[in-house]
Amino acid sequence: MHAGPETLAVADEHLARPAQSYWNPYLAGFGLGLTLLAAFVIMGRGLGASGAFSSLVAAGTEAIAPEHARTNDFYAGYLGNGTQSPLLDWLVFEVVGVLAGGFLSGTLAGRTRLTVERGDHISNRARYAFAFLGGSLMGFGAKLARGCTSGQALTGGALLNVGSWAFMLAVFAGGYAMAYVMRRQWQ
Amino acid sequence: MNAPFFKFGLFGDHLSLVVAFLIGIAFGFFLERAGFGSARKLAAQFYLTDLTVFKVMFTAIVTAMVGVFYLSWMGLVDLSLVYVSSTYLLPQIAGGLILGIGFVVGGYCPGTSCVAGATGRIDAFFFLGGMVGGIVIFGELYPLLREFYTATPMGAVTIPDLLNLPYGFVVLAVILMAVGGFAGATWVERTMAARKGAA
Repeated sequence: MHAGPETLAVADEHLARPAQSYWNPYLAGFGLGLTLLAAFVIMGRGLGASGAFSSLVAAGTEAIAPEHARTNDFYAGYLGNGTQSPLLDWLVFEVVGVLAGGFLSGTLAGRTRLTVERGDHISNRARYAFAFLGGSLMGFGAKLARGCTSGQALTGGALLNVGSWAFMLAVFAGGYAMAYVMRRQWQ
Repeated sequence: MNAPFFKFGLFGDHLSLVVAFLIGIAFGFFLERAGFGSARKLAAQFYLTDLTVFKVMFTAIVTAMVGVFYLSWMGLVDLSLVYVSSTYLLPQIAGGLILGIGFVVGGYCPGTSCVAGATGRIDAFFFLGGMVGGIVIFGELYPLLREFYTATPMGAVTIPDLLNLPYGFVVLAVILMAVGGFAGATWVERTMAARKGAA
């Protein structure tokens, strides 16, 4: 940062302030809905998240093992015709925006800080292991379902897509089915 | 108005990436404002103590659903040009179940883990690493999974198509369901809070 000592002191004071409370869920949901509507009207498509990581994985696989990536239909689907980088992709840029927007909101509200989200009864290490395992299931499940909570549940939900609604019900069913087993992590 | 603008060629691929970045900023901002950068808040949905996930999600769905329906009815947006992904019923249900389990184990979904990582949640970094690993596993197993992945194809089909009902009727039904769900969710939260207070 190009900030002088004065502005740094202000920044410290800002960080030391207690975090603001979250928005009313209906207000935040309305903002999210308008964002999704803007994507429909401007682009003719919805939001997404997991697709950006698929592009990242496909690009990485191509860099390490180009032959392997091109002969696998899943990776090939994200690599396009090879005239431009698979990272010059709409969802990749959108997710970079999500990182920026999340950081902006969290920092303005005094919520950006290095910390671990867990219940009182498990260690940080156990939490990291569960986060990694849960992330793996999420990545695999999102690919099998052709999208995640953003691309299927939100976007397809608003467009009354049959597969998206079936997916959404299955997500809640899977979560509630597993909740009892995982209770120690969160309570 | 000729919308969706991109589909009518009002701007090209390069500008569309700028639009993607700006829309992403708004997406990340509102996710964080809702509290979705916190795994504890997200996981609370599955313990019925805080149903913010349901409330935010369905408010967003209803807002965008009503907005695009209304703009289409006004003739301002050609709804047939808004991309509806094809349904593959069984793999999508199976993927949803796995994703739901991953949600309560990992504490995030892909979009919210980005917001959590951007605001310094260390567990979100592990989640993001796991997600990349899960996609690699899917990609490597794809030749074996392809048959199931493409099973039960139904094409790009909406609930009004499937049930042969007017689009507006289904929109109204979803609104009523959401409003009923919001009232129910608030009642559940109060009941859980009272029970915790009594314990």
